Amino acid sequence: MTAQPTDIATYNFAYLDEQTKRMIRRAILKGIAIPGYQVPFASREMPMPYGWGTGGVQVTASIIGPDDVLKVIDQGADDTTNAVSIRAFFKKVANVAVTTETAKATIIQTRHRIPEHPLTSGQVLVYQVPIPEPLRFLEPRETETRKMHALEEYGLMHVKLYEDIARHGRIATTYAYPVKVEGRYVMDPSPTPKFDNPKMHRSPALQLFGAGREKRIYALPPFTDVVSLDFEDHPFEVQTFDQPCALCAAENVYLDEVILDDHGGHMFVCSDTDHCEKRREQGHRGRLAPETPLALEKTEPAQ
Amino acid sequence: MDIVTQAIEGGFADPVFDAQTVFRAVMDAMARPGTLQPLPVFARPPAPLSATAGAIALALCDNDTPLWLDPVLQAPVAVKSWLGFHTGAPLANTPADAHFALIATPAEMMALDGFSQGTQDYPDRSTTLILQVGDLVSGAPLLLEGPGIEKTASIAPAQMPRHFVEQWKQNNQRFPRGVDIVLATPDGVACLPRTTRIKTMEA
Repeated sequence: MTAQPTDIATYNFAYLDEQTKRMIRRAILKGIAIPGYQVPFASREMPMPYGWGTGGVQVTASIIGPDDVLKVIDQGADDTTNAVSIRAFFKKVANVAVTTETAKATIIQTRHRIPEHPLTSGQVLVYQVPIPEPLRFLEPRETETRKMHALEEYGLMHVKLYEDIARHGRIATTYAYPVKVEGRYVMDPSPTPKFDNPKMHRSPALQLFGAGREKRIYALPPFTDVVSLDFEDHPFEVQTFDQPCALCAAENVYLDEVILDDHGGHMFVCSDTDHCEKRREQGHRGRLAPETPLALEKTEPAQ
Repeated sequence: MDIVTQAIEGGFADPVFDAQTVFRAVMDAMARPGTLQPLPVFARPPAPLSATAGAIALALCDNDTPLWLDPVLQAPVAVKSWLGFHTGAPLANTPADAHFALIATPAEMMALDGFSQGTQDYPDRSTTLILQVGDLVSGAPLLLEGPGIEKTASIAPAQMPRHFVEQWKQNNQRFPRGVDIVLATPDGVACLPRTTRIKTMEA
């Protein structure tokens, strides 16, 4: 094995040992061959707690090579704790290049968003998944949910969506919205907002899902049919926002609400920070954007 | 002494990065059926195991994955000892026990349904077939469609199993059970996962 020039020799490349990587790689290949099916794998303890992306980290560690460029996002943002620490982790253990630009990345690890910038065919999107089983909250027994997948028995999921309509007048599920893959497996797209579901459908990028605590890997090859479940009289629809991003004026993107003060002031801004910054660089200005790109501090009215 | 030398030499020069490169080629091939993902020569296994098939075995197999070898690979001791030394993979008693099957002469291979198909509950417990083929252009043309393929893809792998189109149709019908095929050519790798459908060209 070639030693890396830096002090990372104490760990194998990308942290995991080679046998673990082979095991995960075999699971990834099966996942790609059976789109939407959750492949069990021997998830390892990682140097971070469950819920912080141990599944996604193991998938990324198993596919990443020295030439890859990694981007990590947490709810669309490159600069939040989870994204920063996972990016730093791979910089340390794999010595790979990292970026915040969607277009420049070859591997994008994500927690619950799909970037606004369209993905391309060379890219791999790795999702961190908390509960991979879409039927888990309807049927807690693994033996039963496994049988339901085997028999393609998904009536329970439709009952759940129907009960939403009966109670709220519409399908009230807004994230982790169940999808059907290639007309066969019902899959949990991880807790992404349903806004992102249409981006999964026939995406040119390979999408891999890793659930560390639940020990499951699943995948969507490029150009795979991913259809959000719905009813003829209650078709699937995504969230809409009645105002554009307050910083970059983008429309038809997913927005986060940001509280500005304790007097009820708030604004809606792009959840995808890279997308928002790119637009501001191009000169797009929203309602609350500072005049010059560098003057980021807003002058708050004196209390 | 010859056998010992042959068993020990010809593995990955750089196991970590070579394995990663080979895996990424197989992963990309599996995600985009019908495309040839180029691979340089990383392994020099004893004949008749090809360099590409040998490299795939080194990248994916270990003591957790029983291997099945077709009669041509089964015969020379050198192949078995090379795979044994480098991967530690046990040999499967029957094709249905194998996680991976290495096949040097696909044209003479047994039927696809003789290998493990997985179960309806665990369709991942199936055999992945690694077929050594000469090229992807000189055989009968196959028009492919399915996940991973934008519209259609076309390959014409040489030396494919007998009645392959018919066998593959049956493999499709068993979905989600079924085998996946990795085609190892001298210059790269292409895949036929169980979701790929072969369009018959009569119109």
